[in-house]
Amino acid sequence: MSQETGLLELLQTSLKSTLIDILPILLVLLFFQAIILRKKIPHLKQILFGLFLVVIGLAIFIVGLEECVFPIGTRMAEQLTDPMFLTKGNEEAASSFLSSGPVDPSLFTWIYIFAFTIGFSTTLAEPALIAVSIKAREMSTGAVSEWGLRVAVAFGVGFGVTLGAYRIIMGTPLYLYIAFGYLFLIIQTVFAPKTIVPLAYDTGGVTTSTVTVPVLAALGIGLASNVPGRSPIMDGFGLIAFASLFPIIAVLAYAMIGQWLDNRSLRSK
Amino acid sequence: MTVLKILFKRFLSVIFDIFPLLLVIFIFQTFVIQKPFPHLEQTIMGIGLVIIGLFLFIMGLENALFPLGEGIANQFAQKGNVFWLLLFGFTLGFSTTIAEPALTIIASKAGNLAADSGSISSDDSSISFFVYGLRLTVASAVGLATAIGVLRIIKGWPLIWFILTGYGLIVLTTYFAPEQIIGIAYDSGGITTSTITVPLVTALGIGLAVAIKGRNPMSDGFGLIALASLTPILFVLLYGMFALGVS
Repeated sequence: MSQETGLLELLQTSLKSTLIDILPILLVLLFFQAIILRKKIPHLKQILFGLFLVVIGLAIFIVGLEECVFPIGTRMAEQLTDPMFLTKGNEEAASSFLSSGPVDPSLFTWIYIFAFTIGFSTTLAEPALIAVSIKAREMSTGAVSEWGLRVAVAFGVGFGVTLGAYRIIMGTPLYLYIAFGYLFLIIQTVFAPKTIVPLAYDTGGVTTSTVTVPVLAALGIGLASNVPGRSPIMDGFGLIAFASLFPIIAVLAYAMIGQWLDNRSLRSK
Repeated sequence: MTVLKILFKRFLSVIFDIFPLLLVIFIFQTFVIQKPFPHLEQTIMGIGLVIIGLFLFIMGLENALFPLGEGIANQFAQKGNVFWLLLFGFTLGFSTTIAEPALTIIASKAGNLAADSGSISSDDSSISFFVYGLRLTVASAVGLATAIGVLRIIKGWPLIWFILTGYGLIVLTTYFAPEQIIGIAYDSGGITTSTITVPLVTALGIGLAVAIKGRNPMSDGFGLIALASLTPILFVLLYGMFALGVS
């Protein structure tokens, strides 16, 4: 088998799954358009061509991710959580690491750096977030910049994933972090500028889409299966929950800092 | 000429979108893991596909998903029938979720967990009954969230009430829910965020806020995704309590 056929097959399956994604949407739209609204869709040709681009584009994008980002990302997550790597190739230290009880969290510096940078960079490549930030710029008439929003969200995801990795290493229960996180968020929401709140909470749901989830899942499960005393079932999950909580905090903070800077420059005038 | 210029600019911005990810992977592979790339050709081709795919997707976004969502919002606003609009919201949320592969995976995981813990019997038929029940529950949760979110935009109610009530309920149910379901429930908040649904639903909300007098597109138009990622958590927790028992 040559690589060409492998690629074509991948494209076919990817195309199939994007079509399955879009089919229910099309059926619902068609039904309501034809039966309830009884109107023609304006610019039908343009929209059909655009839908074709969406389906083909997403299918190609996902095949590309499966070919380069996912295998490398998951292998990296596995290698970085390998006891031999963590103890810098010292076999004795590696075996005692596996058997001994309390974990020294400072051994995991590279994992924290990896968690932050991979969370940050996968979020910048997330197509759904690009879509939301285009709309945010248009609707705020430029007050929210496309890149400002995306960098704030990416920073939130990076921080959330790092904290999530730390939690898996230390073994503290998930609900403690979630409870404190949401408590902080609620207090922050009360003080944040009102117009940004819905957008901020939207980004929490958007971040965990196509690109981020597979790499994060690999990191979480890799960590939970290598750190002594953790189980992949109980501790491996939860990184995604962190990655949807912290972007909200980051976007609210971004808006609050912006508002504070505006007020200060007004006052100084 | 101008069209070519716009296309070129888009293409450049897509490269900027992907660049940080490539940089992270390159630096870790070269300096930390210190091993050569295993399949260099495959990797380079993958990068090319990612860039082309994202480029096409973003073009389609502005040509199809945005105008489609805004167009149907406009037509409903002109028609002025709230019931049909809410039904549309529910159907859209329900149908996009029930077929979502991520939900299928999470639901079958939860099914196995329930069988392992002895809460349901471990024969295939009772597991699949549990799994279908869970999928229906989550899809209804998303449908309901979309309908409520649409009603909120029509009425101009502030999102923060819904968020506070929703998370209050989640905290309360987390306390009573069986422990095995909690991680799955919180991760299921991300189920509703398929790359095609997000732009469409966002455009729908904004289209409504623009078409209805007195609504602000920023504070009223956004928020549909937020509600749709909140309700699945609550409903999965409730389903866990219902099917596995109160902890």
